[in-house]
Amino acid sequence: MQIFKPSSTATLTAQKSVVNNLNFYYGSYQALKNIDMVVYEKQVTALIGPSGCGKSTFLRCFNRMHDLYPHNNYEGEIILYPDNENILSREVDPIEVRMRISMVFQKPNPFPKSIFENVAYGLRIRGVKRRSILEEKVENALRNAALWEEVKDRLGDLAFNLSGGQQQRLCIARALATDPEILLFDEPTSALDPIATASIEELISDLRNKVTILIVTHNMQQAARVSDYTAYMYMGELIEFGATDTIFIKPKNKKTEDYITGRFG
Amino acid sequence: MAMNHSDNLNEIRAIIAYHKRWDLLALIAGIVALMIAVLTFIALFGNMIIDGMPRLTWEFFTSFPSRKPEAAGILSAWVGTTLIMLVTAAAAVPLGVAAGVYLEEYAPKNLITEIIEINVTNLAGVPSIIYGLLALGLFVYELGLGQSILSAGLTLALLILPIVIVATREAIRSIPVSIREGAYALGATKWQTVADHVIPYSAPGILTGVIIGLARAIGETAPIITIGALTFIAFLPPSPIQDEFPFVSFEWLMEPFTVMPIQMFNWISRPQEAFQHNAAAAGLVLVVMTLLMNGLAIYLRYRLRKKIKW
Repeated sequence: MQIFKPSSTATLTAQKSVVNNLNFYYGSYQALKNIDMVVYEKQVTALIGPSGCGKSTFLRCFNRMHDLYPHNNYEGEIILYPDNENILSREVDPIEVRMRISMVFQKPNPFPKSIFENVAYGLRIRGVKRRSILEEKVENALRNAALWEEVKDRLGDLAFNLSGGQQQRLCIARALATDPEILLFDEPTSALDPIATASIEELISDLRNKVTILIVTHNMQQAARVSDYTAYMYMGELIEFGATDTIFIKPKNKKTEDYITGRFG
Repeated sequence: MAMNHSDNLNEIRAIIAYHKRWDLLALIAGIVALMIAVLTFIALFGNMIIDGMPRLTWEFFTSFPSRKPEAAGILSAWVGTTLIMLVTAAAAVPLGVAAGVYLEEYAPKNLITEIIEINVTNLAGVPSIIYGLLALGLFVYELGLGQSILSAGLTLALLILPIVIVATREAIRSIPVSIREGAYALGATKWQTVADHVIPYSAPGILTGVIIGLARAIGETAPIITIGALTFIAFLPPSPIQDEFPFVSFEWLMEPFTVMPIQMFNWISRPQEAFQHNAAAAGLVLVVMTLLMNGLAIYLRYRLRKKIKW
């Protein structure tokens, strides 16, 4: 197994998760091929690559989203630390994995409920009933998602009344409310305007010290701006992984360089 | 060259004029077809208003049927219809919603599911008298429910079940995948996703389907006659709400009954003309009830959909 060492500028941190020889199949189609990677704790790791390269498929392995649909198959391991558990194992309930690892989707997908209930939903399905605890955790999550000041006076409003960028920050608050170990972002700004995009990127930078982040983006500038580590994927394979500075300034692989410099993709 | 050009233009204009004549013909044919439908309805409805309107007094609603046409009313009929609709809704809503939710959210996508789906859709096309025969055998005799309000309500519930199931499925299918995935991604189980999201968000569509189903059931005559509704009934079933403990009573479920369309049918078959006016008045009430229910369905769909936009 090839272990990628983070280089020069990135500080060495603990491993939150290690991916070992991951293969993934949609029926008979193999979407991911022999992926080995490390996710470092409280760092931002970006997955980049042309569309159809498997970066979203890879991301959705981390919370077992593929289990929702038939004929999907995992091979290999995603080990979560510190408890050293393979979250792809058939013995591990996907619901348990999703309770530990949250996700923010491409398009803001708030529930047609109030702002408060959106953020509280994850807590409610964990059995939290005490109003005071709910209120405290909802406020914390909204503060962490930089949305509290804008919505604190109208927590009972329907979430659909918020702007697109606010809705996405609400979804981030919803994902943060349950203190996830890893936060997954699947192209979180692709449906947003440039100003909302900037605010989400700033938010991700602010969150990097609180939670481990894995983000899929097809915007290379975004990966360069927000991430500590970058993985370049192509045709279901992980071509190169390393500190973001290294990947963008002197990639080792010719394919990575071609993509980064815009020669294809 | 110039000569050619204007020739060409004239030719094009001639072709357009020729084609436009067909446009006009299609338009006229459409209007005529529409008018036949609308005018027929207006004639029927107008005739009913002229015949029945003078009979629509307060007493008409509070009197039992009688041998004297001027004293006869629809009290037992509208009470019967209302109680039966209650039973129908109480049976068809949970069954239909549960079946729809199962087919959309739980059933594996395989041949058996597909066969069930096709059959559910086909059930909506089964003639209603067949449901009456089934109910006569099953509810009235086999289960011993007799010729009661309960039997009639359950029969009509079977009749509208396919409508409720189809409406439920369509409403569920209109919920975007992203909302479902959002719930699952937070660690919700299937049942939590269904109970907290799928059913509440599809409620407007389900409600509309239920009301449209009830509007159909309210006018059904054949299956009700088949199970043996009375055509002349001069008493009311015991009230569901009682003065004494335990304050509710379900005795009414087992009582004989009549309904609006049967009351109409009874009056129409009498020789006296005055009874025909009674039938027209009852028909008017029935049509207004149906229109009000459909109107309510449209209003609710509009109101509730406005809150949820995907």
